[in-house]
Amino acid sequence: MTQQSKTLFGYRRHADQDRTGTEAARYPVVVVGAGPVGLSLSIDLAQRGQSVVLLDDADRIGEGSRAICFSKRSLEYWDRLGIGQRMVDKGVVWSVGRIFHGASQLYQFNLLPEQGHKRPAFINLQQFYAEAYLVDRVREFSAIDLRWRNRVSGLEPHNDHVVLTIDTPDGLYRIGAQYVVACDGARSSLRQMVGAEFSGKVFEDQFLIADVRMTAEFPTERWFWFDPPFHAGRSALLHRQPDDIWRIDLQLNPDADPTVEKLPENVRPRIARMLGHDKFDFEWISLYKFQCRRMDKFIHGRVLFAGDAAHQVSPFGARGANSGLEDAENLAWKLDRALRRASPQALLESYHAERSAAADENIRESTRSTDFMAPTSRQEARLREAVLSLAKETEFGKRMINGGRLSVPSTYDSPLSTADCDSWRGGPRPGVSMPDAPLAARAGEAAFLTDAFIQAGARFTLLAFANGAAVEVPDGVGVVRIGGDDGYLDPEGLAGARYDAEPGTAYLLRPDGYIAARFRRPTRQALDAALARASGQIRGV
Amino acid sequence: MALSTSSNFAKPDDAFRAVVEAHRGLSEAQSADLDAALVLILANHIGDLAVLQEAIALAKRRMLDASQQAQQQQ
Repeated sequence: MTQQSKTLFGYRRHADQDRTGTEAARYPVVVVGAGPVGLSLSIDLAQRGQSVVLLDDADRIGEGSRAICFSKRSLEYWDRLGIGQRMVDKGVVWSVGRIFHGASQLYQFNLLPEQGHKRPAFINLQQFYAEAYLVDRVREFSAIDLRWRNRVSGLEPHNDHVVLTIDTPDGLYRIGAQYVVACDGARSSLRQMVGAEFSGKVFEDQFLIADVRMTAEFPTERWFWFDPPFHAGRSALLHRQPDDIWRIDLQLNPDADPTVEKLPENVRPRIARMLGHDKFDFEWISLYKFQCRRMDKFIHGRVLFAGDAAHQVSPFGARGANSGLEDAENLAWKLDRALRRASPQALLESYHAERSAAADENIRESTRSTDFMAPTSRQEARLREAVLSLAKETEFGKRMINGGRLSVPSTYDSPLSTADCDSWRGGPRPGVSMPDAPLAARAGEAAFLTDAFIQAGARFTLLAFANGAAVEVPDGVGVVRIGGDDGYLDPEGLAGARYDAEPGTAYLLRPDGYIAARFRRPTRQALDAALARASGQIRGV
Repeated sequence: MALSTSSNFAKPDDAFRAVVEAHRGLSEAQSADLDAALVLILANHIGDLAVLQEAIALAKRRMLDASQQAQQQQ
């Protein structure tokens, strides 16, 4: 093993630790867990003007590449947090996947076949890089108070706040918070403190992850094998990461002994057979089994759960970290509005409604992938073999092969959405994440719709396709205007096409970039109503 | 579209025969492999999940009836 923790952070005593009893410091929001989800959420809240205390029980960024595939949606979120470009610059961009059976290729897919998007379908980037960049970004905000080696050891709920007991190298202290967000991972201790169930399906098959360092000529694609010649009867996955590191996932037998399998001298020959050579070094080896499960409720009083703390999926489909980031973007603006009393508490309930449904979808998709890779009965294996053999000569067989369905943003069937009243031939319906499109500013420089949304403030925003006079929008609502005298240009017509636009068409975007409502000819009254609904002020249908 | 259970073949015997003959000379395991592929090919041809689910329900109901009868005879 050559790879060590990339970054160490010092514990620093905080003045809060000198306060006692009822004088404990009180904060609007405390985020627990400085992983990708907790860090991103804290930045988002700080950008919206909130002060955040971010606690982490460690003093370093975890080792091993762990999550490596970050989705287009996650990159668009990180663009809003001011960190997307750094991730993309370091990451390895990919959109093509290939599936092999035995020695031959069955199928090839492109996850982003069309042009005109700022961000690629995926980048591969070691989780420790993502976390290090997010920590750097956090340090640019005086409103984020990141405290390392601060482990939450007690949680005391009250009507209007929560008191946390925190264990540090200097002993215990307490702080109060109006809201606590638990982003403390799959083994969340806060989840245990609120007494929440976390049950689901356990998969018996074991998988071995190895990160190997080598210079290789493989293309930057996701390669997945069923029953490869180098690993008979099982599956294998090869992925490229930055720094000449390659991720290899090998499915093992359910009865394989983890301590034996993990030994480099046992892993090496397997991988040498896979690569056809022995010129590589190990960076990291890990063995895992996984579970698919979620909490019944993501909200327990004033404690909200996000990321792996709230839901866990199998790794096939890159739905772990990416869905956690979607939790963060969904929660940040709602929490901000609740804290500013701009919206009722009810808005927070939509976080559970939207993200628990998304977790169900992610669990369903990744369970199906896992079952396909590791059939649990003779007949399941037989059906799988039939699909693989039919795939050689039929299109339907290719499409049925499930080597991981990769993360795409969920569509929300949401109480915050205003149902369509007008007639639409296409475009994103309410509850869908905004599609990107290329634009040009008046001065001529190229931009993307996702950039324009950020420039408008990443708040409630009206995306308006011009038709004469500009629409009057309610206070606090941003505008992205396309066409007209002063709007962005749509040089390739892709924005218009992707949004099924006619002159006058307008979409109301939520602060997380989801569609709240759309209109052929928006009136101020209809906009006000949609805005009230999207901000949790109207309940029911 | 609902699952059609009226007789759709002009010569039902020919259809039954075609399936039976496909299995002639196969081992149990080979027959099971053939059936698995056949089910997927036909399911895709139908291309309607509701119809497929109705067909699965009908096939399962028949198995359930058979096991209930077996229990009553014991």
